[in-house]
Amino acid sequence: MSQSPRLEVRNLSVRYQTRGGEVHAVNQVSFDVFPNEVFGIAGESGCGKSTLIRALMRLLPENGVSDADLIQYEGQSLDRMSEKKFREQVLWSKIALVPQSAMNSLNPVYRVGDQIIEAIRNHTSQEKHEARSRVEELFDVVGLESDLMDSYPHEFSGGMRQRAMIAMSLALDPGLIIMDEPTTGLDVLVQERILRRIREIRSHIASSIILITHDIAVIAEMSDRIAVMYGGRIMEQAQSEDLFDTPCHPYTLGLKNAFPSIQKLGQELVSIPGSPPSLLGKQTGCPFEARCPFSIDQCVTEIPKIESLGKNHEVFCFRNTDAPQMREQATSMSTWHSSN
Amino acid sequence: MALLELKDVTRHYEVKTGLIDRVFRGKPIRKIKAVESLNMVLNENEVVGIAGESGCGKSTTCMIIAGLLQPSSGEVLYQGKRVDQFNTQDQRWYRHQVQMIFQDPYESLNPRFRIFDTVAEGPRALRLWPESEIASKVESMLGSVGLEPGKYGDRYPHELSGGERQRVVIASALVMEPRMVIADEPLSMLDVSIRAGILELLKDLAKKRHFSCLYVSHDLSILGHIADRLMIMYLGQAVEIGPTTEVIQKPQHPYTKALISAVPVPDPRIKRGIPKISGDITRPIDPPPGCRFTPRCPYANHTCSENFLKLDSVQKTNHLAACHRLDVVSHESEMTSMV
Repeated sequence: MSQSPRLEVRNLSVRYQTRGGEVHAVNQVSFDVFPNEVFGIAGESGCGKSTLIRALMRLLPENGVSDADLIQYEGQSLDRMSEKKFREQVLWSKIALVPQSAMNSLNPVYRVGDQIIEAIRNHTSQEKHEARSRVEELFDVVGLESDLMDSYPHEFSGGMRQRAMIAMSLALDPGLIIMDEPTTGLDVLVQERILRRIREIRSHIASSIILITHDIAVIAEMSDRIAVMYGGRIMEQAQSEDLFDTPCHPYTLGLKNAFPSIQKLGQELVSIPGSPPSLLGKQTGCPFEARCPFSIDQCVTEIPKIESLGKNHEVFCFRNTDAPQMREQATSMSTWHSSN
Repeated sequence: MALLELKDVTRHYEVKTGLIDRVFRGKPIRKIKAVESLNMVLNENEVVGIAGESGCGKSTTCMIIAGLLQPSSGEVLYQGKRVDQFNTQDQRWYRHQVQMIFQDPYESLNPRFRIFDTVAEGPRALRLWPESEIASKVESMLGSVGLEPGKYGDRYPHELSGGERQRVVIASALVMEPRMVIADEPLSMLDVSIRAGILELLKDLAKKRHFSCLYVSHDLSILGHIADRLMIMYLGQAVEIGPTTEVIQKPQHPYTKALISAVPVPDPRIKRGIPKISGDITRPIDPPPGCRFTPRCPYANHTCSENFLKLDSVQKTNHLAACHRLDVVSHESEMTSMV
């Protein structure tokens, strides 16, 4: 890709201080988001995807500390910017967030339209009626009737609330929208409609989108590029077609084969034995090692390096050269459950 | 032989209207028609999936079958006997025969019970076997759900992961040696990488232990992997029933078609069609007498809003759809597939 990235993140780490010790929630995460692309981050609960976003948006709780070599938005460094400047100049106007459980993020005692108007007026010098007509426009973009502006959140269904939150995130024309599990907990048909809206927004408004979800099918459908996270690290990162055609990391292989598809009834599904690692204390090896059927001694004692396989395809695995064999073996349940 | 049969099962809930509204303003009592004239059969050793969006009545159906709710009208027959006419002894027997697996493994386990006692609770409560036999059955059950009894028996729920907890929930249902298991979204709280393990476990145990299963989920991809037959519900009405592969590959009802085309596929190269559906799902409060999908259906005409076609499927192979306009719907999809 010759374009310069809209967001550049290099070696971002986040640690939480807890009574039990230091939790290394995100480790050495690097990625770029290019203009007008959907960058998907896939991962299961506890993989650090939400912490990563909180660190980017400076929403970490008090016991969380983040540290990065570089976080840049269109060439402007964000990690050294003061809190105040970040809130005034970046938040909402350049980077907007649609939080997880966006459905419960609206204030129940304010009218939905007024909440968005307030957000706009806090950040710009617009008059109330200007802001109001802007909200009308936004409601149209996300497919809500404009007379719903004067309704309260409880009068909205889950899908409508989610669309209202997306409308709010679009209010100041941000160049990057981060959506954390935007369709989790919604019914299939509602999810379908929201995903379609997100695609339309991307093509009309030229925003970049970071889409975070555990749903492999949603991410496959929406993303141009995908990063797979596990144990606080990015395991594999590639163009979405490449990631699904030639996955190289054992975890990606497992996830891909674990997900049932409505178009492949009767296909054998695998499950990955064990459970996600505790992130307490410093990692000494690959976090996936304990659940990986292909692990070797090196995986326990040494942290793998990120290897580039060309075409923006990066993988965090010592055995990346054995990927073709692993890919074949990983489709069978016995591979995953015989080794331990 | 049919293990379970539902005949015209209907369940209405009354929406509370205040006394003043009722007496002085004359507002009528409104009814939510959660399940309407449902007919279905669950045969021996069969897994039937019920799919639909939230509010379609799938959980109410489960509760009625489990005997936790009474139907407003209609009959639930278990091995030919009416469930609502059971005496105390029959009820004990029914509670032994029919078990439920709940959605949330984090809330359906008592935090103060050790795993062994959790699983032994059911047989102990119904005094099914002497204590020594219960102990051996519990241990073998824990083993067959993949939890080593020596290692897990003395632990408490908080020491287990979500997947392990769901295995405990399955073990405590199956230790009763049920003939029928009702599973209400048993995977939705679990991580993707371990879902397949629980799904395969349930499938495998259903074969080995010869029980029938009613599997309720909104996720058609998962139902496609476990169910022999599939029933699709919309706002309390069954709209389509048939063998799973047929329903998924050749859906007939316009709602089923829309639902299936909305399921995302884990392959970036596959582009789905746009579901032919308009508007949003409503609540079934005082609905019109006809097909409840009418307001959102692109094919509907006046017959649809006046008459409701009940599905009445007894045979396993039958693929039925409750739609007046099937000829138009299928004709159009043939036309589009030719283009």
